[in-house]
Amino acid sequence: MVENRPLGNLLSHVVLIFGVALVVFPIYVAIIASPHPPGTFLRGVMPLLPGPNALENYRTAWTEGRSRAGTPPISLMLTNSLIMALAITIGKLAISIISAFAIVYFRFPFRIFFFWIIFLTLMLPVEVRIVPTFQVVADLGMLNSYAGLSIPLIASATATFLVRQFFMTVPEELMEAARVDGAGPMKFFRDILLPLSITNIAALFVIMFIYGWNQYLWPLLITTDPEYYTIVMGIQRMVTGGDSEPLWHLVMATVVMAALPPVLVILFMQRLFVKGLTETEK
Amino acid sequence: MAAIVMDNLHKVYAGGVRAVSDIMLDIADGEFVVLVGPSGCGKSTLLRMVAGLETITEGRLTIGDRVVNALEPAERDIAMVFQNYALYPHMSVFNNLAYGLRNRGVLKPEIERRVREAAAMLEIGAFLDRKPRQLSGGQRQRVAMGRALVREPAVFLFDEPLSNLDAKLRVQMRVEIKQLQRRLGTTSLYVTHDQLEAMTMADRLVVLNGGRIEQVGTPMDVYSRPATTFVAGFIGSPAMNMLPASLLRANGNADALSGLPGNADLVGLRPEDIGLDAVAPGGVRLQARLDLLEPAGAETHLHVRLIDGKTRMTVRLSHVPGLTEGADLVLHAPAAALHPFEAESGHRLL
Repeated sequence: MVENRPLGNLLSHVVLIFGVALVVFPIYVAIIASPHPPGTFLRGVMPLLPGPNALENYRTAWTEGRSRAGTPPISLMLTNSLIMALAITIGKLAISIISAFAIVYFRFPFRIFFFWIIFLTLMLPVEVRIVPTFQVVADLGMLNSYAGLSIPLIASATATFLVRQFFMTVPEELMEAARVDGAGPMKFFRDILLPLSITNIAALFVIMFIYGWNQYLWPLLITTDPEYYTIVMGIQRMVTGGDSEPLWHLVMATVVMAALPPVLVILFMQRLFVKGLTETEK
Repeated sequence: MAAIVMDNLHKVYAGGVRAVSDIMLDIADGEFVVLVGPSGCGKSTLLRMVAGLETITEGRLTIGDRVVNALEPAERDIAMVFQNYALYPHMSVFNNLAYGLRNRGVLKPEIERRVREAAAMLEIGAFLDRKPRQLSGGQRQRVAMGRALVREPAVFLFDEPLSNLDAKLRVQMRVEIKQLQRRLGTTSLYVTHDQLEAMTMADRLVVLNGGRIEQVGTPMDVYSRPATTFVAGFIGSPAMNMLPASLLRANGNADALSGLPGNADLVGLRPEDIGLDAVAPGGVRLQARLDLLEPAGAETHLHVRLIDGKTRMTVRLSHVPGLTEGADLVLHAPAAALHPFEAESGHRLL
């Protein structure tokens, strides 16, 4: 694979740089636009260099948001998003690890049937089942609550499936050795299976956290009380709410702050995350 | 310390596949019994039934003075060494050894003592803090042995423990396992497909085929008096030559066969019982052509074809004969070296 072909090298670099630029440019625009005074955007021209009002804009967004349009301060929405994303992530992981454990290690009637039922729900994205789910959540009185925000999104076929695939690669002899060593199913789960899957769980954690953080449609539907707005839907409210022009500088500051937590999660979990995707300790 | 009694054991898998049938076997306290057979003969299944990792479909299994059919592996007072060692990859060697003891609520100082003792016995004391992946194949094998040792069980079960080692290490570990077993005097059941391993290690050998016992006996017993054509072909390398009695008679060996039962229509001859030098009168004499000469150092294998041009035989000599391939030669074997079998049933006669 180690070849030196200048033309191929150049071509692939051009393609890659173009791709990177395509992805990075919007983020650049958001960062550049956030420190400008409100007047800049009224001219309809997007600036390409940063403005002078960084501190002030971010402080306004953080503490006030766009109160006249009914959006709460960013700090509150960030907190809501964090609670929702963590609840979804931890809930998903807990449920999928336990159900994968059941499916892989226990022989119970209709095991395969249950596996396929779980697997089938993979094919139904949130949008498809959103109306009945909304009805259920509304009937249970969970509108405008953290429970309503997170519980319907916790059930996850994807995570169950991935954890199952990992469990199946763990040699069966380990389970047998544990049985001979006097470890019951739960002890085996705790002492051997979980420590072995820690890197995979970390990888899933990152993916699920971003999934939870980026939820847009669901929070938009079930929250009417600004107290429970999450950041991703809050951005939309900031743009459309109120009579005046959108305050783009505040919107952009919000966007930048909304993008930060997932980036931080990836940075902190990167070592485990990459390990989990590439290697397993077996 | 315990004896094992297998009383008419059967194993039928959910799909209806019969893995093991009619196993009647008594293993004395302290005995080293080797289960040997080709792959798929049910030897591992039988071992796993003793371990409790496979359910017993029918029959009764007794270890010591308890019927253990319904007991979990951990309650059977056994320890098992797996083919791929099955060490816990995230635990240090010490913890690998200690895990089973902790689960049994053995006190800390006692765990410490037993682990150190087993580690010293197996010369893995220097690796106790390492993870399994930092060890070589041979060292892992020792750790797997150690995990069985520290438990001080009534029975050791070995499931092809040496098959992942290189040839040299295998010979060395073979000797060590055997010595260890002698020293501890623990009843052991050992599964292998390697007939040499089986011959050298066993107090008693159990040859399995198609889920049934073909023969039980001391290694030399099984070797010198194979009960069936299957055992005759499986134990010994190169395998025993099988010749139709009619062929021998047609070639002027009626005299040599006169001492055998009349219904012996198949005759076995071990490669090392055949020579190029004339034997006492009444022996077998066969004309053959040399197809291939295989010098293997201490011995030489001759692949020959009898005068009929079809029947092939193997001859094992302790020297390299001055022959070239394609040469005609005369083979001799004493009448006493003939193993008479009945072709249809495959059973030994006499």
